[in-house]
Amino acid sequence: MNPDTAISDVEARIDLDAVDEIVKPYYGKKEMVIPILQKVQEHYGYLPRPTMERVSYMMRIPLSRLYGVATFYAQFKLKPRGRNIIRVCKGTACHIQGSPKIAARIEEILGIETGETTDDLRFTLEEVACIGACALAPVITINNEPYGRLTADKVQNILDKYQ
Amino acid sequence: MNNLYEKHLMICGATGCLASGSQSVEEALRTELEKHGIKDKFRVVMSGCPGFCEVGPIMVVYPDKVFYCRLKPKDIPEIVEKHLFGGEMVERLLYKGPDVEAPARFFDTIPFYAKQKFNVLRNSGLIDPENIDEYIMRGGYRALTRVLQMEPADICEEVKSSGLRGRGGAGFPTGLKWEFTLKEPGAKKYVVCNADEGDPGAFMDRSILEGDPHTVLEGMLVCGRTTGADEGYIYCRAEYPLAIKRLKIAIEQAEEYGLLGENILGYGFNFKINIKEGAGAFVCGEETALLASIEGKRGMPRPRPPFPAQSGLFGKPTTINNVETLANIPLIVKEGGVEEYIKIGTEGSKGTKVFALAGKVRNTGLCEVPMGITIREIIYDVGGGIKGDREFKAVQAGGPSGGCIPAELLDLPIDYDSLNKAGAIMGSGGLVVMDERTCMVDLARYFLSFTQKESCGKCTPCREGTKRMLEILNRITEGEGKAEDIDTLESLAQSIKDSSLCGLGQTSPNPVLSTIRYFRHEYEEHINDKYCRSGVCKALFNYKIDTERCTGCTACARVCPVDAITGEKKEPHEINQDLCTRCGSCIERCPENCIMITPVEKKADVSS
Repeated sequence: MNPDTAISDVEARIDLDAVDEIVKPYYGKKEMVIPILQKVQEHYGYLPRPTMERVSYMMRIPLSRLYGVATFYAQFKLKPRGRNIIRVCKGTACHIQGSPKIAARIEEILGIETGETTDDLRFTLEEVACIGACALAPVITINNEPYGRLTADKVQNILDKYQ
Repeated sequence: MNNLYEKHLMICGATGCLASGSQSVEEALRTELEKHGIKDKFRVVMSGCPGFCEVGPIMVVYPDKVFYCRLKPKDIPEIVEKHLFGGEMVERLLYKGPDVEAPARFFDTIPFYAKQKFNVLRNSGLIDPENIDEYIMRGGYRALTRVLQMEPADICEEVKSSGLRGRGGAGFPTGLKWEFTLKEPGAKKYVVCNADEGDPGAFMDRSILEGDPHTVLEGMLVCGRTTGADEGYIYCRAEYPLAIKRLKIAIEQAEEYGLLGENILGYGFNFKINIKEGAGAFVCGEETALLASIEGKRGMPRPRPPFPAQSGLFGKPTTINNVETLANIPLIVKEGGVEEYIKIGTEGSKGTKVFALAGKVRNTGLCEVPMGITIREIIYDVGGGIKGDREFKAVQAGGPSGGCIPAELLDLPIDYDSLNKAGAIMGSGGLVVMDERTCMVDLARYFLSFTQKESCGKCTPCREGTKRMLEILNRITEGEGKAEDIDTLESLAQSIKDSSLCGLGQTSPNPVLSTIRYFRHEYEEHINDKYCRSGVCKALFNYKIDTERCTGCTACARVCPVDAITGEKKEPHEINQDLCTRCGSCIERCPENCIMITPVEKKADVSS
């Protein structure tokens, strides 16, 4: 089985009632699959396999097609994520103002690569195409809180604020 | 009953200013007004974007039109005391800059605004975007009431004669697009507003949605009335939560006023609008991919024809317009609108264009300028020139689908056709300014890595071709470039352009082609001399301290994360090249600008 979609022990005990509540208003409306997955992810933090199976069953959409949609869009996550989500803006303005250096420093401090989560689930490091705060480049957001006009030496202090 | 206020205090509540802290300024202001018991005299509004993100958070006080910038919560008591009670401006919080002699007030004297022409952004920052009454008082929904009494074909004629072209990318004439859908038979048609603004470095659509959502709704209503559609979708990026929130509020209010829904204003016209949140896929900005995504599928493009006008959303005739295009519509179809509209712009491109000005320019932010303005005027007059007075190198227009425009073309008047000729595109209107410290090879690599990642994988030339090109560019920036690489890049680029299905693929090689066209010498330098003169490609340069000019202030040594810089206080410092990771912290910190970028010196001893 694909390690991304394997069911862990924790996942096997997940309460699926919320999925039922989310799907109910959309019965039979197959075009609403993206909003459904968005809501499921909002509730569970990511898309655990049992929730995908449940959505598939209730919506009469093959599981393969559901995963097809979930893996196509960057927003959907198939693995658990950290308590704090760091997003490094990779927009053009941020890039030329040095966002790669910021990302490199965060990776160095946390010992993870972009896209990964620390073992203690404290941080997940992601990149985002552009948050549109180009005037404040380079920008990162932590839990949607933006930090602008960054330099690499400011990173440690910012990360220390989040446990 | 509505209270009459003495002054309106408009705090910018758009993403840029929120990121620089406007929320806490607002809270401080509300607390202060409460404290003095004057909250019924002064109205605080979180407004749309006045554009000048560089100096945010911004607050404009009306009717005085006083423009306060770079506000902090601790400035608020002084404003309340001096300005609101005393009637005097707080001079130290006004705009100051190298481009003005004395502290400046609003539009009157700030150079950033002098050359701008507010059409699309006419309400942004001036009204409360969450209050439909303010939009109506500024002439809103008047275009709708007019078109409700007109024949669809006549409305279409007006839009055609305005010369409006799509603001989302290719610049297709909007009126013509509408006519295609109008002529299609069928009882069910759709209007889709493309708000999937994915170009990194472009944020004009977001600002319109956040600052004046009703103008977009009105544009959609007019389009629906013209083409015979009764349902609309707004496909908006999920990364724009504030825009989505304001759209939802706007839709609710319009429904309440009978401007949306059944039998609008009693003319028998029905129209409803749904919002669909995107889920993070750049290719969904392409119209057929966007439709697939609304239908709940993977957002992959399909071949055209059939065009969406014939078979679009759920197989029905569909008109797809971008946010800024729709925001132009109420101006055009209002009474006497066309005559006014065609006065601005050039022969082939009418009206204004909103640009997002970012990168190494002094005044970053959003600006709306007449078509035909030169790049020099945008960068030096509106933008205030290059940050740190470095040398201008190029400006990237049109994001990852566009190209760069070098210094030789600074006097190029901007419109759809001139930009195409220069190898760039209007695109959605992102302008990213670059100076001598931007490496053009790295820039091309950056854009290609973006399109490569966002390629949906349907067409081989785009999926595999961009990957091969990226591998070559990676090699060049790592110092492993070969002499034949430039030719290989050009030939791959041509194949991808010729054989990809959608706009994303066809335009993906543009940044590479245009940087080769104008900056071939930089490629050659990377490949032949293994030198990156801009100090970006880490393997291809060294930092060196100019010992003549170094004052020994120790700023660089303190900031160096690997302790590669040594030297006594007040003595010239030195960088140990073996330890240096070229993170660039020192060069950003050096107050004397005495850290230089030099070619990598070949070491005498090769023992490792």
